[in-house]
Amino acid sequence: MNAFKILAPGGFTSVQDRGRFGYQQMGVPVSGALDSFAFTLANLLVGNHENQAALEITIMGPSLEIQKKMDIALTGARMGMFLNNNPVEQWKSIRVKPGDILTISQVQSGCRAYLAVGGGIRVPEVMGSYSTYAGGKLGGFRGRPLEKGDELKTNDTNLLDKQRSIPQDLIPQYPSNATIRAIPGPQDDYFDEGLTTLFATEYMVTVKADRMGYRLQGKALPIRDEMPKSIISEPSMPGGIQIPPDEQPIILWVEQTVGGYAKIATVISTDLPKVAQTTPGDMILFERTDLQTAHTVYVEEKNKITKIRELLLT
Amino acid sequence: MESGLYAKPIYRLAGDRGFLVEFGKSIDPRVNSKVRAMARSLEKDKPGGISEIIPTYRSLLLIYDPEITNPDRLRPLIEQAGNTLENQENSPCNIVEIPVCYGGDFGPDMENVQKAHALTTQEVIHLHSCPEYLIYMVGFTPGFAFLGGLDEKLYTPRLETPRMLVPEGSVGIANNQTGMYPLASPGGWQIIGRTPLKLFSPDRPNPFLYKAGDKIKFRPISEQEYDRLSQKEKNS
Repeated sequence: MNAFKILAPGGFTSVQDRGRFGYQQMGVPVSGALDSFAFTLANLLVGNHENQAALEITIMGPSLEIQKKMDIALTGARMGMFLNNNPVEQWKSIRVKPGDILTISQVQSGCRAYLAVGGGIRVPEVMGSYSTYAGGKLGGFRGRPLEKGDELKTNDTNLLDKQRSIPQDLIPQYPSNATIRAIPGPQDDYFDEGLTTLFATEYMVTVKADRMGYRLQGKALPIRDEMPKSIISEPSMPGGIQIPPDEQPIILWVEQTVGGYAKIATVISTDLPKVAQTTPGDMILFERTDLQTAHTVYVEEKNKITKIRELLLT
Repeated sequence: MESGLYAKPIYRLAGDRGFLVEFGKSIDPRVNSKVRAMARSLEKDKPGGISEIIPTYRSLLLIYDPEITNPDRLRPLIEQAGNTLENQENSPCNIVEIPVCYGGDFGPDMENVQKAHALTTQEVIHLHSCPEYLIYMVGFTPGFAFLGGLDEKLYTPRLETPRMLVPEGSVGIANNQTGMYPLASPGGWQIIGRTPLKLFSPDRPNPFLYKAGDKIKFRPISEQEYDRLSQKEKNS
């Protein structure tokens, strides 16, 4: 039985989970939800485990015709959501029934929203994941973003006993000026004043911002004269800040496996969701941090999710 | 003095979850073999908290869970593993044969390569299919192998205008590199032939035909054999 039908697909709507791990060494990128925090909370709100397949919605939301009684929740970017033309709240579980029309409108703040459905979206598992890798036409729903007329299924599950919601103070804000923490390296030795510049001036997110990478624009970040302009290709990590010959930074995302340009610094994993919520025209200020601080923050963030999970269950 | 190999690895931080270990300064079979030997050693006796081990030309990326481990703990383990690597024979590599139909519609740039070096089609085919190419690493797209060992007589610059779509299975040359396109994608390589094999198929139990450290040997085939093998791939 189908769960919902796409009436309008929105900007770029794809099925994602946490990612496809273990195949980067074979050239298969990790893919997965860019804002792992909002993705996880969407699942928890509808009673799923943390890693069930959900929809990642970019900038412009889709319209769906509901075909099954189920719980849904929308987290992440503020988009405005309407059930049969009546506004409904985000960060809250919503009960829907066959015949309902769910419309998610245009982004007001942030960039990516996550729509989870009770039981999780049912798509074939490909190499250990449900994530869509559109560049490789792999995973998700037929290896591509959703299109008008697509009908998706969900796994069977029980409906929630009572409505779940995330307390207001735990809902992230997505300002158009984002401060993003980064650790110098892996090739910080390729730069001298560039490193100072990176942490002292703002960079604008350009329109070339997708799941492969975010091209930024700002003060040039030159490589030291005595260093080569490129490096021997090495593995890439989400959050790596790569400097190509035009000296403008690119934050690498999840559809890359290797790269041949020096990376001046790397965004810490806890702040990747903040990067995921910046949109063309937004400004990013990088804040220098160190490994120890980043690890402390990492553990705090994990504990925060554990607390939210407990809160939702009580 | 070993060429390109560092006396001690260089360690680099790749954010709060990535630890990059660099073994040498150049693209060199000895450096690369050390990277792969280390990857195998760590894979066999995986330190707690390591989720991925990714070998490339001269460096190895370890992705870890900061709740369980960190670079301070990993470094001695890597050094320890490094000491025992010296005596370890590199595991025997597989030689993977890739049938290629050269020239014609499958190799639209064969003429460019011939012209650049004043060679006949047969000479290009011979020079290209003779060596056993080492797979230094796999990356860029699923199953894309970075090969070493192209004959200097075939070094040809990329196309001035890249193609919007290079068909799946295409075999090409770009400067000192040769390679195969496992997926149809845009590209600027000089395409000299095509293999009927599916180089990457996510539905197969093993989606890939080769891995880093294996060797590739191209075998020239006729159009008839291309069609036959292509049919066989479709049926399986």
